[in-house]
Amino acid sequence: MVLGFGFGIITVEAGYGFFIALLMSVLIYAGSMQYVLVSLLTGGASIVSCAVTTLMVNARHLFYGVSMVDKYKNAGKKKPYLMFALTDETYSLVCRGERPEGVDFHTFSLVMSVMNHLYWIAGTVLGALTGAFVNINFAGVDFAMTALFITVFVEQWKGTKNHIPALIGVFASVLCLVLFGKDNFLIPSMALISVCLSFGRKMIDKKEAA
Amino acid sequence: MDAKMYPIIMVLVCALVTALLRLLPFFVFSGKRKTPEIINYLGRVLPYAIMGMLVVYCLKGMSFAESPFGIPEIIASAVVVLLHVFKGNTLLSICAGTIVYMVFVQVIF
Repeated sequence: MVLGFGFGIITVEAGYGFFIALLMSVLIYAGSMQYVLVSLLTGGASIVSCAVTTLMVNARHLFYGVSMVDKYKNAGKKKPYLMFALTDETYSLVCRGERPEGVDFHTFSLVMSVMNHLYWIAGTVLGALTGAFVNINFAGVDFAMTALFITVFVEQWKGTKNHIPALIGVFASVLCLVLFGKDNFLIPSMALISVCLSFGRKMIDKKEAA
Repeated sequence: MDAKMYPIIMVLVCALVTALLRLLPFFVFSGKRKTPEIINYLGRVLPYAIMGMLVVYCLKGMSFAESPFGIPEIIASAVVVLLHVFKGNTLLSICAGTIVYMVFVQVIF
């Protein structure tokens, strides 16, 4: 909800209307990617780079799907929405699975998914309205996106002993930033990261096992 | 491209790719087929690397050559990191970092 609020403010501050913010939260429904998309839009990125960036930033959702294939197998009519709504938050809630006694797993998952989606949309609407009508100088509010990613990075760092993947991400990106400049470094970075991770697999696996 | 359509098309492309990523596993791995090892491996390590990349992406506009020499970014980021290491409260870290940054760019520089 609060992240949705921040997203709403940032989108309106970047010069996009209420409608675009709402459209994104309803259709895309992926927190961090929506922040990135706003900055891609302001930078005038191409459709191809938008698609590739989405692919990489949201690639993790592929793995949520993989782990839910069996659990959602017999969800029937609920299945299409359940699959669509498999975001970071929904996934972690559904996985933890602290559901009230006697409630069917699919109904529980559906309620969680819908509530999450509605909170996200409500946050966006409130944020967009605040950004549009409240007369505060919001310059610098886009740092919320940076702060969000830093907190996730720190959280991930604390959660694992294997820091090689995180370091590959940072150093490959900095290298590409220097080589390709700030407007064109995302795609080369993602390519370099994929190559490094694939070739470094033995080393990374060994470290993980240790 | 029409300036009005551009954001809408971009949103649709992004939504389409995101939905594909979420739905694909259900169609590809629905039978007895096992998930390939490399997919599992990337699933484990990619999120760490991509988050590192996103942090760099956010800070790409920093310039050390001209005023304010990236000072607002460095200090605000440090606030976020320290708060998050010691307090571990996402909301607190984000709000405090953002406010510090806003004060820097609006009031000081």
